[in-house]
Amino acid sequence: MADASAKQVLFEPIFSNNPIALQILGICSALAVTTSMNVTLVMCAAVIAVTAFSNLAVSLVRTQIPGSIRIIVQMTIIASLVIVVDQVLKAYAYEISKQLSVFVGLIITNCIVMGRAEGFAMKNGPWLSFLDGVGNGLGYSVLLIFVAFFRELLGAGSLFGVSLMPVVNEGGWYIPNGLLLLPPSAFFIIGLAIWGLRTWKPEQVEEPDYKMSRHVAKEAF
Amino acid sequence: MEHYISLILKAVFVENMALAFFLGMCTFLAISKKIEAATGLGIAVVVVLTVTVPVNNLLYNSILREGALDWAGLPNVDLSFLGLLTYIGVIAAIVQIMEMVLDKYIPALYAALGVFLPLITVNCAILGASLFMVERDYTFGESVVYGFGAGLGWALAIIALAGIREKLKYSDVPEGLRGLGITFITVGLMSLGFMSFSGISL
Repeated sequence: MADASAKQVLFEPIFSNNPIALQILGICSALAVTTSMNVTLVMCAAVIAVTAFSNLAVSLVRTQIPGSIRIIVQMTIIASLVIVVDQVLKAYAYEISKQLSVFVGLIITNCIVMGRAEGFAMKNGPWLSFLDGVGNGLGYSVLLIFVAFFRELLGAGSLFGVSLMPVVNEGGWYIPNGLLLLPPSAFFIIGLAIWGLRTWKPEQVEEPDYKMSRHVAKEAF
Repeated sequence: MEHYISLILKAVFVENMALAFFLGMCTFLAISKKIEAATGLGIAVVVVLTVTVPVNNLLYNSILREGALDWAGLPNVDLSFLGLLTYIGVIAAIVQIMEMVLDKYIPALYAALGVFLPLITVNCAILGASLFMVERDYTFGESVVYGFGAGLGWALAIIALAGIREKLKYSDVPEGLRGLGITFITVGLMSLGFMSFSGISL
């Protein structure tokens, strides 16, 4: 494989084949952690690390795994990596790991990790698989950071916990929009982000299931 | 008794797995185009959750938790770091066993659930419920009720979404929003509706 394809593997998932917006993967554990930028960045780093290394590990042993038990093997690899991440977070960033609560554990069932291990790492060499993991992790992060940016800025008037728009309660002028801290707003923002992305790249637009037939004016007789 | 009823109501409405915690989203969005499929998946989730959460509860309380190995003469052992690996293993194994049992004894249900059973292993709602159970320190009885309630809430949400999407396909959606985009907005609105339950406490 040439360099060009390595680059493609790394950057394609970010916009052209975004895991969240196009492949419908990994939405599960993501949305609840996007209320503030700090937490989101930690979550993204954790996901990138797990996706990249699980892809690497699965790719290394791919010729040895019997087909019938491959899911279990992949699960075990992923679960072990997530345990490592979880323990590291508990040791060095205890506050943030408290806020992430169960969602670090849920990286195990994050479909991106599993989907890439099954769909890409089982068929490709270690280096490319590693890049694919990083790329998909980045694609996931871009969307997550986008969502978190709006939720924290408009919901709490701050970014990374630093107040940018002083809130009314603290004597400022900005009336925070409480809805953006609640779960529904994440859905709206992602929905709108997908709309934007597809307007920019029209080839991602889905075919309609049902087309209305053209209105034809008919004579009465 | 009232305690259990309030727990179940809370799990179904206030802390709805899909709409308040975003768990099981992948399957939630992927398999909600048809009501029949959504119902099948919903039932499967209820069954699997009702079984796995109590089993994980037993394992956690009798083996993994700090000091739980007292009976084996190992009072200072804390195995809780193995939790994640254990829960996912238990879930995968139980799903596999259920598949075989259903295939042998209730083939009708097995045929109805079809491909959804294996898919459930990677549904975050299942692992999520086990992790919440550990975090909130439920007793065995509570974990049975919680597992059932969480599953019921998830099933309710996916069936409702499938109903809306079946009607929605006749609507004229802007091009970029078609498919996934409008589904997200719909789920957002549903989630907003469920938020109104959040004030309820029993």
